[in-house]
Amino acid sequence: MKKSNIPESQFELQVPDSLKTEEMTLSMGPQHPSTHGVLQVILKTDGEIITSAKPQIGYLHRCFEKHAENITWHQVIPFTDRLDYIASMNNNLGYVIGLERMMNLEVNERAEHLRVVVSELNRIASHLIALGTYGLDIGAYTPFLYVFRDREKILDLFEEICGARLLYNYIWVGGVAYDAPDGWREKVLEFCDYFDPKVKEYNDILTFNKIFIERTANVGVIPAEVGINYGVSGPSLRGSGVDFDLRRDDPYSIYDRFDFNVITGKGEMGTVGDTWDRYWVRVAEMVESVKIIRQALENLPEGDAKETVPRNIKVPAGEYYMRTETPRGELGFYIISDGSKMPNRVKVRSPAFCNLSVLPAVAPGVMIADLVAIIGSLDIVLGEVDR
Amino acid sequence: MEPLVQFFFNLLPFLSDWPEWLALTVIGVAAAIMMFGFIAIFALIAIWLERKISGHMQDRLGPMEVGGWHGWAQTIADTVKLLVKEDIIPEKADRPLFKLAPMIVFTAALSGFAVLPWSSEFIPADLDVGLLYILSISSFAVIGILMGGWSSNNKWSLYGAMRGVSQVVSYEIPAALALLAVIMSAGTMSMRGLVMAQSGNILDWNVFNFFPLTTIAFFIYFIASLAEVNRTPFDLPEGESELVGGFHTEYSAMRFAFFFLGEYANMFVVSAIAATVFLGGWLPPFEALGFIPGPLWFVGKALLLVFVQMWLRWTLPRLRVDQLMYTCWKVLTPFSMAIILLIGLWKVL
Repeated sequence: MKKSNIPESQFELQVPDSLKTEEMTLSMGPQHPSTHGVLQVILKTDGEIITSAKPQIGYLHRCFEKHAENITWHQVIPFTDRLDYIASMNNNLGYVIGLERMMNLEVNERAEHLRVVVSELNRIASHLIALGTYGLDIGAYTPFLYVFRDREKILDLFEEICGARLLYNYIWVGGVAYDAPDGWREKVLEFCDYFDPKVKEYNDILTFNKIFIERTANVGVIPAEVGINYGVSGPSLRGSGVDFDLRRDDPYSIYDRFDFNVITGKGEMGTVGDTWDRYWVRVAEMVESVKIIRQALENLPEGDAKETVPRNIKVPAGEYYMRTETPRGELGFYIISDGSKMPNRVKVRSPAFCNLSVLPAVAPGVMIADLVAIIGSLDIVLGEVDR
Repeated sequence: MEPLVQFFFNLLPFLSDWPEWLALTVIGVAAAIMMFGFIAIFALIAIWLERKISGHMQDRLGPMEVGGWHGWAQTIADTVKLLVKEDIIPEKADRPLFKLAPMIVFTAALSGFAVLPWSSEFIPADLDVGLLYILSISSFAVIGILMGGWSSNNKWSLYGAMRGVSQVVSYEIPAALALLAVIMSAGTMSMRGLVMAQSGNILDWNVFNFFPLTTIAFFIYFIASLAEVNRTPFDLPEGESELVGGFHTEYSAMRFAFFFLGEYANMFVVSAIAATVFLGGWLPPFEALGFIPGPLWFVGKALLLVFVQMWLRWTLPRLRVDQLMYTCWKVLTPFSMAIILLIGLWKVL
């Protein structure tokens, strides 16, 4: 780690030389309310100020990549659900589009539109959880229940379209598992109308709360070059002011047809790249997602969206790296096929894992309460960090 | 004669025929049991109320099942659960201290009730230095918090305890200074005397007395009292998302319940002090409302403040340690100093 990568310490502790102090080693997690799962962070602290933080991962390792080598191409899809279990649709999408590109498969228009709609709905659901748990990390309990109330509506929509509420297994090679039922389109539009004013509610109770701003602005600043060096992606990178979104810069599916803004952090409340910026990017992205959903539903063609290929597919030999923009960032599937009915290798480039790797670089010099804020603002999902 | 003794003699005339030592003992025990019963019942109701308030603030219903009507028996069921739960003491804990800590916290909260004036007759002890007594006894709880955090032999508990001590000790100062402003204007430290000095209608209450100086003092006291009882936005000692459970992480069953009971009793005590000192205690806001008994006014005013505490808890995020100290030393303390100075000038002129 280059010395220049470490942001300046935000607090300075002055101890007279005659006073002997010792560092305290503290194990934060794996059972800790604010590590968003089974993450363990080994902290060295000087009083309340952290001198080093070392994430320890692996408590949720499930051998996804090894499993994928022993099951058929289609059977991998439910496993991708379990990577980032609060944004399963986006995981399905990345893997499936990778396969389709290897197979040169065309997907019908209705399926493409439905894929975008469910992915963006899931992005909203995922960002909602990020918002709620972030409020929880800062100590505000109520926003958490507000976002769960609204996420429930998205889950109801998902339940109607694919029968599942968390692990959808919905996007299949060649299309989607089930066509949208009658009236589903109207229900989604209704949700969009319901959701827009709710964003103001979150902003009123949390985003622009004075204490919340005090706690998050100027905390855990990730400068753009540090973020890029550590492979941070998604809202966490955009919070640092880097204007990069795969949906726009490397379009997949039919994202190039929609008009939406890529939100970047501007340091409105403090420094560019602080935790408030990362939080704000997520809030603003939900509004953009609603925009995309509206556009996709407007042009939703009639027809059948069900998948058109047989269950046992054979993918032509070759390798392909497919990257998509999930709510956490750049999710990459590096797929190697030897032409058989099972993958030779599926390597996952997990955004949450890469985002977490920046933690040791920004943690020194902050307080324990700030570390909680930083972990929350990176919005990690341990299912994806450990795979 | 003590107002309390007088009150009991009026209530039960045969007591005055008994030997004095026996009558006083009976009266003392009766008052203590009444206070303890009040705390227990108040905690039951307040916990239920807190759940209902948080539920309705969060678009849900809160407890609805136990007991029928809006889950009124939920807290009773939880208390029974806590009573029959296994009492776990960590192997490496300092056992005597670990056992003593919840008792100290609860005792400190209970002792505060000794000087609360429920009405002009019913005050368990009408001390001349009532306010001073209550201020000192409430900081006694800090020792219990520190003991609990230290003896648990858990680093998170220790952090919570350290935070708790620094916070409570710091916030005593603005709280005491804000009360001092009122003591200066009323010229007494007796809780009864403080209320008596406010008799009249609502505009004679201390909160409007030296408007706007005492109003500011009231807000300073209220904010500082939030910190003293570890309520949001100052709930750092037990900040769940940072310190797991703070100083009571390792406590379970009834020992945990005593911390909890102590917290709710403290909530009532600080609200009751604010009600007594600033909001006229048992006095009705207007003479015309004098037919409602004094204790109801007193409890009502205190409960209103307790409600505000709950309201804040479910609205605000939590401050950070340095911001907490900033608020105390650089905002609240100078302001309360200035208020004392201004009231002093006012009095002199």
